[in-house]
Amino acid sequence: MTSYFVQACIYLCAAVIAVPIARRLGLGSVLGYLIAGVIIGPITGMVGKETTSIQHFAEFGVVMMLFLVGLELEPKMLWNMRTKLLGLGGLQVGLTAGIITVIALILGQQWSIALTIGLIFSLSSTAIVLQTFSEKGLNKTEGARSAFSVLLFQDIAVIPMLALIPLLALPELTELANHSAHAGEHHGEISLVAGMPGWAHALIVISVVTAVVTGGHFLSRPLFRFVANSGLREMFTAASLMLVIGIAALMSVVGLSPALGTFLAGVVLANSEFRHELESNIEPFKGLLLGLFFITVGAGINFDLLTSKALLITALTLGAILLKALVLYSLTFIFKVVKSDRWLFTLSLAQAGEFGFVLLSYSVQNSVIPTELAQLLSLVVAISMFLTPGLFILFEKIILPRYQASSNEREADSIEEQGTVIIAGIGRFGQIINRLLVANGVNTVVLDHEANQVELLRRINIKSYFGDATRPDLLHTAGIEEAALFIIALDDKERAVELTAHIKHKHPKLRILARAFDRGHGYRLRHAGAHFVVSETYYSALEMGGEALTSLGFHPFRANRQKDTFLETELFHQEELYQTWAEATEDNKFNESYREIFMRLESLLHKAMNDPQDNEAAGSERGWTPPPKNYSDKLE
Amino acid sequence: MSPTKKVLILFAHPSSHRSEVNAPLFQASQQVEGVTCVDLYARYPKQRINIDKEQQQLNEHDIIIFMFPLYWYSTPAILKEWQDLVLEHGYAYGSGGNALHGKTFLCAISAGGAKSAYQSEGYNHFTVRELLRPLEQTAYLTGMYYLPPFTLFSARNAVEEHRLQSHIDSWLNVLKALRDDKIDVAAYSNATSLNENLRTFVAND
Repeated sequence: MTSYFVQACIYLCAAVIAVPIARRLGLGSVLGYLIAGVIIGPITGMVGKETTSIQHFAEFGVVMMLFLVGLELEPKMLWNMRTKLLGLGGLQVGLTAGIITVIALILGQQWSIALTIGLIFSLSSTAIVLQTFSEKGLNKTEGARSAFSVLLFQDIAVIPMLALIPLLALPELTELANHSAHAGEHHGEISLVAGMPGWAHALIVISVVTAVVTGGHFLSRPLFRFVANSGLREMFTAASLMLVIGIAALMSVVGLSPALGTFLAGVVLANSEFRHELESNIEPFKGLLLGLFFITVGAGINFDLLTSKALLITALTLGAILLKALVLYSLTFIFKVVKSDRWLFTLSLAQAGEFGFVLLSYSVQNSVIPTELAQLLSLVVAISMFLTPGLFILFEKIILPRYQASSNEREADSIEEQGTVIIAGIGRFGQIINRLLVANGVNTVVLDHEANQVELLRRINIKSYFGDATRPDLLHTAGIEEAALFIIALDDKERAVELTAHIKHKHPKLRILARAFDRGHGYRLRHAGAHFVVSETYYSALEMGGEALTSLGFHPFRANRQKDTFLETELFHQEELYQTWAEATEDNKFNESYREIFMRLESLLHKAMNDPQDNEAAGSERGWTPPPKNYSDKLE
Repeated sequence: MSPTKKVLILFAHPSSHRSEVNAPLFQASQQVEGVTCVDLYARYPKQRINIDKEQQQLNEHDIIIFMFPLYWYSTPAILKEWQDLVLEHGYAYGSGGNALHGKTFLCAISAGGAKSAYQSEGYNHFTVRELLRPLEQTAYLTGMYYLPPFTLFSARNAVEEHRLQSHIDSWLNVLKALRDDKIDVAAYSNATSLNENLRTFVAND
């Protein structure tokens, strides 16, 4: 037991120290984990052989990652991106894989190994690239958007690759594996399909996939609603894990890739109201497991190999980067990515990616690539990733300045996409806001912690998600970083104030519109940082007041004007009342001076409303006051 | 005798609770059979005019009357808004815009100045008919017959000088004559006011 704790502590310590430093240096978290692994592995030797077994466990992070990739894939979004996704992404992966395969063949590799290498190097690093884009504020550029399509295609392409690689197994390596590990894992695994005829296997596979799709569609919702209604957050986490692990287990049993199964489940659930909640629950597990995986990759780096074959490794790395860049650069001509965007696209995707490690370790397991070669390639992948920040610096410092002068007049025609509006709380209040926004073509993400309410709204086609909007991780998955506006319409007064303060603190640039219950709550929301506050009852009460005046015989136009006068008078004193409230002590917010101002407001209101019969004191009813009697005599 | 023409009065007074002339005139008009009376400021307190509804209403009437106090030699704002929105191309003018063809249009107004002020020698320099030329031309463009305005001058003192009731009475006569199609539009092509020759057509009855 003690040794487990010590080991866990070493891994966590290394990660906690190395990852933040790497991020600060602009290297990204993947490289941080790799560095951590290098330090605790080859350099200090604090961890040893167990890394291999940990790696198998950590690979589950990939399964989770593909689940999350699936969750992100809304059919509508995919359809909108179809040209770039299939064209740009498909050509990039196809061309790069093809050329590298040919080169590997020329260098004397067997065709199956060459193809595997080609596939591995066709991928880029989603983690590093996307993070760098958002850190450098390049997200909205055409180059970054094209790069995103390519990365998305690569993420999806990993799944067929995982299915293809086992078919490329080399007979001699398989034999070797069988010999060396007689009681190895592969034999110990439970398998339903072992020894079955081909048609039965196929039948089982089809029925399992159908089960995942239909089950995911029809059974997951009642299950999650049941769990959500318990109100226990950890139960939802447990249910999310159960779903992912359960599907992975089912897939393994029938001999399919667990990654494929969870990816499918993710796609099925992409439209579910529980999507953001699932994402925020799985995300930390995925992050840690993937981190662990990269640490083990780092720990497994063979330094002897690096020093003994330094020249070869350098040549391979630079060759791979150059070749990938060349393919990307030529694609920009077909897809009309121009000027500085062309270079951003080319340089940002020229490295190999973290999926390279996954595929490498998977290939070794499946006896596709010999271990020594895998170690060598692993180094090439890692070094190309280490060079990525350098390529971004090259772009920023040398290429961008060249285009800046000439692109000034062009800047305006790149249409800024209208950001999403997040609405927290979709009760009576939030619904109206959402309907108005959606009817005007504004994208909204609606969050509510009442599963039943969300279900109800989904039935009337309001796209809403289950989840507690006051949780930072959920806000993250709901896309608060890219949101244009945040609307708080929570039923809970305290939480509304807390959420306002939290957003103001974490995302100071985001504009917050908040619904208040009463005057005091409104002041507190404003104090917490809300940019616009409206009391939920204010305008409806005013509307009814106006209707009352009309019913009493006031002319409708006049009643409307009186309402406006009321509003203006209130507005005029709002600031003074708020300041008095803000300056007062905590326990006596509505103190004597506040009451005094309020009473003054009341009397002013009275005066403003009063209809002055004489023309001399027309007051606020100055509009359309008739001239005095006999006024025309003086005009003669 | 059953009414032969349908009359529509579009009344515009933004401050009708202080109105001494127009409100009573409008109220009296409501008593006349076959006359539809609409208070535009009451119908549209927020000045959001429903174009379809207004056009439909125009289609159902033969005589269109604007009733308003003269504000700066023109109509109160809502009536201008009404024209800008309702008299659409393709409806009131332009190709296919013949919905108003053959209808009759006139204004019933109150003016602060004396009648003597509304002539070339007076301080207002123009007659009321001259001042309302934009409306007159609007009527021509939309294919409507135009009648000169029915006006109450020195309206601020009308109540004190006991002139209001007789004004209302003669207006009701005009309304009924319009409804019963007893006004010879051509006879008024050059008249400055509808009030003047009133006696003529009532006598002809």
